[in-house]
Amino acid sequence: MRHFEMDKLKARGGSVGQSKFHDSAVKQVCGSAKYVDDNPEPAGCLHAYPVLAPITRGVVKSIDTRKAEALAGVVRIFTASDVPGKLDIGPVFPGDILLTDNEIQYHNQPVLLVVAKSYDVARRAARMVEIECRSSEAVLDIKTAVEQQNWVRPPHSLQRGDAEAAIANAAHTLSGELHVGGQEHFYLEGQVAMTAPNEDGGMSVYCSTQHPTEVQHLVAKVLKQPFHFVTVETRRMGGAFGGKETQAAPWACLAALATYHLGCAVKLRLARADDFRLTGKRHPFYNHYRVGFNDDGLVEGVHIEVNGFCGYSPDLSDAIVDRAMFHADNAYYYPAAKIIGNRCKTNTMSHTAFRGFGGPQGMIVAELIMDDIAAALGKDPLDVRKANLYQPGRDVTPYHQTVEQHVMGDMIAQLERDADYRQRRAAIKQHNSNSPFIKKGLSMTPVKFGISFTVQHLNQAGALVHVYSDGSIHLNHGGTEMGQGLNTKVAQIVAHAFGVDFETVGITATRTDKVPNTSPTAASSGTDLNGMAALNAANTIKQRLVDFIAEYFGVEAESVEFNNNQVTYDNGQISFAELANLAYMKRISLSSTGYYATPKIHYDREKAEGRPFFYYAHGVALSEVEVDVLTGENTVTRVDILHDVGSSINPALDVGQIEGAFIQGMGWLTTEDLQWNDDGKLASFGPATYKIPAIGDTPAEFNVSLYDSANPETSVFRSKAVGEPPFMLCFSVWSAIRDAVSSITDYRYLPSIDTPATPERVLNAVNVSKAWLAKQTSNAEPESTHV
Amino acid sequence: MIQFLLNNTPVTVENSRPTITLLDWLRKDRGLVGTKEGCASGDCGACTLLVGEQVAHGSSEKQWRYKTINSCLMLLGNAHGKHIVTVEAVTQNLYADVDELHPVQKAMVESHGSQCGFCTPGIIMSLLALYINNASYPGKKAVIHALGGNLCRCTGYQPILKAAEKAFEYERQPVAWAATADSFARSLRNAGNSLKEIPSLRFEQNHFYVPQSLKQLVNLKNQCPEARLIAGGTDLSIEFTQQLTEPAIIISVTQVTELIQVSDSGDGLVIGAAATYADFIELFCRHYPESKELFERLGSEQIRNGGTLGGSLGNASPIGDPAPLLIALDATLELVSIAGTRHVKVEDFFTGYRQTVLTANEVIRQVLIPKRPASLKLASHKISKRFEDDISTVCLVLAVDHADDQITAVRCAMGGMAALPARAKTVEQQLLGASLSQHSFNQAASALAQDFSPMSDVRASAEYRLTVSQNLLTRIGYEFCQPIDVVNVAEQPAVRIAHASL
Repeated sequence: MRHFEMDKLKARGGSVGQSKFHDSAVKQVCGSAKYVDDNPEPAGCLHAYPVLAPITRGVVKSIDTRKAEALAGVVRIFTASDVPGKLDIGPVFPGDILLTDNEIQYHNQPVLLVVAKSYDVARRAARMVEIECRSSEAVLDIKTAVEQQNWVRPPHSLQRGDAEAAIANAAHTLSGELHVGGQEHFYLEGQVAMTAPNEDGGMSVYCSTQHPTEVQHLVAKVLKQPFHFVTVETRRMGGAFGGKETQAAPWACLAALATYHLGCAVKLRLARADDFRLTGKRHPFYNHYRVGFNDDGLVEGVHIEVNGFCGYSPDLSDAIVDRAMFHADNAYYYPAAKIIGNRCKTNTMSHTAFRGFGGPQGMIVAELIMDDIAAALGKDPLDVRKANLYQPGRDVTPYHQTVEQHVMGDMIAQLERDADYRQRRAAIKQHNSNSPFIKKGLSMTPVKFGISFTVQHLNQAGALVHVYSDGSIHLNHGGTEMGQGLNTKVAQIVAHAFGVDFETVGITATRTDKVPNTSPTAASSGTDLNGMAALNAANTIKQRLVDFIAEYFGVEAESVEFNNNQVTYDNGQISFAELANLAYMKRISLSSTGYYATPKIHYDREKAEGRPFFYYAHGVALSEVEVDVLTGENTVTRVDILHDVGSSINPALDVGQIEGAFIQGMGWLTTEDLQWNDDGKLASFGPATYKIPAIGDTPAEFNVSLYDSANPETSVFRSKAVGEPPFMLCFSVWSAIRDAVSSITDYRYLPSIDTPATPERVLNAVNVSKAWLAKQTSNAEPESTHV
Repeated sequence: MIQFLLNNTPVTVENSRPTITLLDWLRKDRGLVGTKEGCASGDCGACTLLVGEQVAHGSSEKQWRYKTINSCLMLLGNAHGKHIVTVEAVTQNLYADVDELHPVQKAMVESHGSQCGFCTPGIIMSLLALYINNASYPGKKAVIHALGGNLCRCTGYQPILKAAEKAFEYERQPVAWAATADSFARSLRNAGNSLKEIPSLRFEQNHFYVPQSLKQLVNLKNQCPEARLIAGGTDLSIEFTQQLTEPAIIISVTQVTELIQVSDSGDGLVIGAAATYADFIELFCRHYPESKELFERLGSEQIRNGGTLGGSLGNASPIGDPAPLLIALDATLELVSIAGTRHVKVEDFFTGYRQTVLTANEVIRQVLIPKRPASLKLASHKISKRFEDDISTVCLVLAVDHADDQITAVRCAMGGMAALPARAKTVEQQLLGASLSQHSFNQAASALAQDFSPMSDVRASAEYRLTVSQNLLTRIGYEFCQPIDVVNVAEQPAVRIAHASL
């Protein structure tokens, strides 16, 4: 059952609120939607491929390119010394090296660039380069990095009240730790860029990136050229999920380097295994907590430390670990809290943005704490969660932002009722007592996710709207389309503003020469920012038209309305198309830019206080799982979700984001198992060993509903961001697996399960639980109910 | 040269690199870029397309049958005689409206089944095969089996499942290319009758041969003992696309008439080495229904449509699922060379990691599986991180014969536990002569550590492999000794988890 088919907002009479199809859907099903590698290559286009370091840490001693150069079709091999401008392409802080000329900091770090006449020859030649190195000891273990205080950026901490005193004075205390696995983005379209000289003496860059402006800036800096030298175009990406926010840039920069020297088009596309090896992933984390709580399970104080496994460079890790810290409370009030976040430097690829941007890795601690408290007190975990929710009077976060919208309690109550939580809980207990091998588990977890870039200046956007003299509309904005339907939503907003059909609005590729100085399409902000910028552009044109009508027809401006492709005014009516033509003939400008900057937000990092988030998005999920206690195999059998997207601009696209994010999160916590060998080589470097959910892994029953509630803040049409928040609904799966295993001890012992909860980890938890049970039976004196 | 039908166009190719995949050829040589490269290793399905082949139905004239394959694994040379259908042929109007689309495309649009769209052409082709091969909606399990090899990272699959159902709700659309395909088949038959040469591709000194008879195959292999044999390419092609190897000569066994036969001889089953899984699963599972889950979880639909027993055994993968099953069933391989025919037990076929008893001029002709004893009990279990389209962490197959309540014969074979698929001989000794009771299997489980010292790798630790194998023996004891319907284990909630595809 998918509930979005009812378009409750259709009554608005415009496009907003309707489940319009994705603007590329027809092209996508016909195979005619073009991605970077699909576009025809300019005559003489060459292919570039990086030469990769054979060791994990050390220095380059010598390089022998003779064999590679002898291969037919090889045109040139570039080194770091061929870079005319900056070699360091760190997006925020320095540290990301385009080509290393000496120090190797992770296995397979690019050292050289081969350019050849074909993709095959470039790949082959890249492997023929012999690189001799001197190895030194690599840091691969996060605990070692913490002990050595080996950071990519300094630690940061949040503090509210006296956490230590609160914990010390509490009736009960607990502590726990958790290793949280990373995640490969596995966008279906791998990293790719094509660069070509353009006739204005500049360079065109076609790149699958979430951040065309940053690619533009980095290419220009690498080539020591002004920004206007470079024009970046991104029509669409074949998936991104954060993996093309900063990680798309190196390949564009390398192709640009070759184009700069060779004067012809150059394409660089990573083979899947190299995409795995070279690009950053979701940060693995190692977290631990201490909590004090009362007999009712109410938290009185917490001390949480989150340690992000950042890889060799800062990349975006500062903001990512910040977001993990900002979400270590999830939806729960901590009267006193100390939250420490460390950014650990390790010799791997540099971990990066991935849907949730650290939020999930922090938030899981809150859910760990809730389940552990419930187990310790023998309470239903849902009751503990409900008791700890933010509510009026208990509403200040560890970073001192006041939570103003309190819908979480109502959402949980609604889902608890609609999905029969209590009855199913009882039925599952009954099942488990009769089933020797298959145990069921159930868990409901909430999500409260802060919306806004925590880096303040990124919260701005631009758009460009043209109305042509036939009334058709052309739209550009600074956001990029990666499948989420951003272009569709922004077009709906513009169509709605002019009161015209959705089809009236045409959208073309995102280009840095159309809308400049843009932010990445990230942080779930695409529609919030670009939709508002486009609305402002549309409103500027609309105001000119209203003023024109008032003057031309001699009517009150207040009487003018745009609706159903018509413009009505006092005693008159004109079609939008006729109006456009008339306005053109009367020399009214029909083109405008639009701009938007998010209000209200601020954060003082010195004091660790402020309002980093404009608003919060909410959701709640109930998951039921089955666990095989002989093998540790597990499966999700039913999921019910209630999610808050404010007033939905496109319910179908929003539900699509919710379903897709949930399954992606489920994969992160269950089957997606990144593994590195002891020598620092990525062992799971392809889909044969790294398993994202397949179609059969989706729950047999999957119900998604949208919570009926407008955004109290003045977001675009009172909608809410939806890209990331539903990802974190997946904690219900992990929590339900723990619940199922806990049934072995009749819920007296709740084993810890690091993520992903692979069959092996779950079987270990089963065996630990059985050992606990055996010990209880043999000991007359039962020990603590929680370890 | 080779000849095939590409969408609506007959194509002849003479000069092309023998290792080129159909995917690269379509995208680079033909500019048909609707088919996408997601992983180039057969794991994601973005490159899925349809391959039509002429199949005899009883005594009537041969008819086209369409199946999905991964074009990143299928080598161009293997297209000889086939009809290759890409997404571009499904709806040809570049400016089509939603209502002008093929039902599977329309259903995907209306169900909001594409987001980033990169997996979508592959999904469309898998849905199209499902549509062509079923007159009405075949049910959710059939959809999951058909699309298990099509990864989507955006949607979470709900709208795709919905689209699969919806496609059958519109007015049925006939196959658009039927006339062209039939006329191509006729022209090929006419040409084939006069064909003297073995269809082949060449590029400089490299060759790809597509022999049509066993005699041609054996002669070729004798002349070129260094040649690599290829069938579906589900394993070997990855060597070409990932390791970038470039053998001088490749011989395809896919069209050797004698190697693609599948039959029940009365004394047992005879499975041609180049028969695809899709070709023999039904017959096999009629005799051994307990192996159904193992086959259904072997790779994906696209892999089962290309993969063969000859390929799996010939490559001697330590983790291939067929070997433990065939060893447990005491199957025999028939090997042929210019010198004649010999028979080798599957169990004796492997000599080391990726090594076999095959001589350089020898080929596997067929697999012989003995007739099933009436009282045989069989259990086959696979453990993997993901349920579908994943390589086994451990595969355990146990065949037990019994008289009254005593075990009279036992063969236990495992994959993933050693460098080779191998028998668990201590376990077998423990069980032989023991009573058919849970206790016996629990006892046997504890003996397993004497048979194997498994490795730790990316799939699991050595400890897990050993523990889970022991637990599987416990489960098998439960299955054998309780009144459980092993064929429909999915309906036994106490025994197996309720995975959607079971």
